[in-house]
Amino acid sequence: MTALKKYPVLAALVLGALFMVLPFVVVLMNAVKSPEEYSSDGPLSLPDSVYLDGLADFWERVDFGEKLWNSVLISGSVAVLAVVLSVFSAYAIGIGRIKGRPWVLAFFVLANMLPQETLVYPIYYLSKEAGLYDTRLSVIIVFTVIQSAFGTYLLSSVLSGFPREIIEAARIDGATKWQVLWRVVVPVSRPTIGVLMVLFFIWTWNEFLLPLVMLVSDDVQTVSVALGVLQGQRDMDATMTNAAALLGVLPAIAFFLLFQRTLTRGIAVGAVK
Amino acid sequence: MTGLATKAPAGADGGPTPSRRRRAGAGRSRTDGSYALYLLPGALAFLVVIVVPFVMNTGISFTEWSGVGTPEFTGLDNYEKLIGDEDFWESFRHSLAMVVAMALVPTALGLVLASALFDVVAKHAGSRWASALRACFYLPQVLPIAVAGIVWSWILAPENGSLNDLLGAVGLDSLQQDWLGDPDWALYSVMAVMVWVQIGFPLVIFMSGLQRLDPALHEAAELDGAGWWRRFWHVTLPQLRPEIAVVLLWCTIAALKVFGMVYVLTGGGPGGSTNVPSYFAYQNFFENFQAGYGAAVSTVLTILIMVLALVALRLQTRAEDEAG
Repeated sequence: MTALKKYPVLAALVLGALFMVLPFVVVLMNAVKSPEEYSSDGPLSLPDSVYLDGLADFWERVDFGEKLWNSVLISGSVAVLAVVLSVFSAYAIGIGRIKGRPWVLAFFVLANMLPQETLVYPIYYLSKEAGLYDTRLSVIIVFTVIQSAFGTYLLSSVLSGFPREIIEAARIDGATKWQVLWRVVVPVSRPTIGVLMVLFFIWTWNEFLLPLVMLVSDDVQTVSVALGVLQGQRDMDATMTNAAALLGVLPAIAFFLLFQRTLTRGIAVGAVK
Repeated sequence: MTGLATKAPAGADGGPTPSRRRRAGAGRSRTDGSYALYLLPGALAFLVVIVVPFVMNTGISFTEWSGVGTPEFTGLDNYEKLIGDEDFWESFRHSLAMVVAMALVPTALGLVLASALFDVVAKHAGSRWASALRACFYLPQVLPIAVAGIVWSWILAPENGSLNDLLGAVGLDSLQQDWLGDPDWALYSVMAVMVWVQIGFPLVIFMSGLQRLDPALHEAAELDGAGWWRRFWHVTLPQLRPEIAVVLLWCTIAALKVFGMVYVLTGGGPGGSTNVPSYFAYQNFFENFQAGYGAAVSTVLTILIMVLALVALRLQTRAEDEAG
């Protein structure tokens, strides 16, 4: 190391990393602090004892279990359905090499980048006409399609490099296209499909604008929407805010620890591919 | 581009050996349907969920409509109104601020952080340290925006907020602000939060980009006596150019779409000082019941993003051509 000393750099990086996670630490500290202690000692003191009533109160007040279930149901369904839809389209584009392939692919990429603001009002209007407004199903349908735009793009480019000998061998043995898809292409592409499922799950979990517009009833709202609406109304006290923040952060940290490798790899593949 | 489309039939017909060509004959493929059938579900779904709403939205932008009853066709009136609407221009100026906070600053910081993590930490303190530190920087990226917003609005609160308390505790009372409630400060506060949210994305991309680089170049430069900074500037940066272009464009598009953080932190206020185009469109749709005007705002935003997306696509295809 000539120009750059390792310890100062390491120290600066650790300091930066601490700054990044500091908000989470402060939230954790205050979520387990009693309101009396908060008002007397402020937000920066360490809690004297672990006070869980605030968390329990908040959980019951917003029926957090129900919100979690809605988020899991919506994100899980989207992850599976969007992957199936992506696999079908990518099979036609990447393996089938249908006519006009670059144009079809460009269409999916542009659809993926389209801002949701431009779709939200017609979707809101059409779903009311179709009787799907304020249902979890409407959000599942919309995000299945939106996420599969990215999935189709990524899978198509992966599948176009698929060894053709394998497919031809299977075809010679008399396999139909349907059988080749499920018995050859899908098993071999399992790593990419896994990455896509994780990405779709987390992206859908974090979505805000469309669920905010579509899910107005309390009993169908996701974690993100319920917390966002509560904050938007600005009638939460400090203890409640921290309870809300902690309960919102925990699932995200759980996914992060579970899927960290997949996530960082997937993001890199998605952006540079 | 058309080269790709014609490649497939050429490969199938003019295969390497005549026997192979006969065996992979075209007769059988007709019995179990064409590949294009597999595109059908996707095409139908996209028609209903993306194409139809997009066309409708563009149509609505030429009308005056409250959302109920029959829209009244008014031609380009909404667009004329936009040009003279100071709120509209202000929201787009705030978009520029978001581009600084979400694209320029995170890219610059991400480059320095990534190469410091890669060069110093991974080599001298072990790759475990490097990935642990990377994880800390990446964490805000997986957080729902609404939740990140709750965390920060409480930290930045004027009364009993952590930031003001911290400033008070170290004797800097004079620096205490109503971070989100003061029109002079609100935009900067939102920008600072967005840097915190965004920084992990460029970092991860650049770190994976650095792994692709040839270490021999770095070693050669080091032998020639180039310091860290010169190697960073003359060796690392030019080689990372494709990643930098992609990150800048993706982050710029993300910056133009910002909605959730503004909704949760400030609601566009105080006095419109943090309003952004997508929130401005949302207000027109769902608060002012001016669907036509909201549609015009979102159409302008869409055109801007589509132009950037096309540039991004071209850059990526060119990078792929160079690589392959």
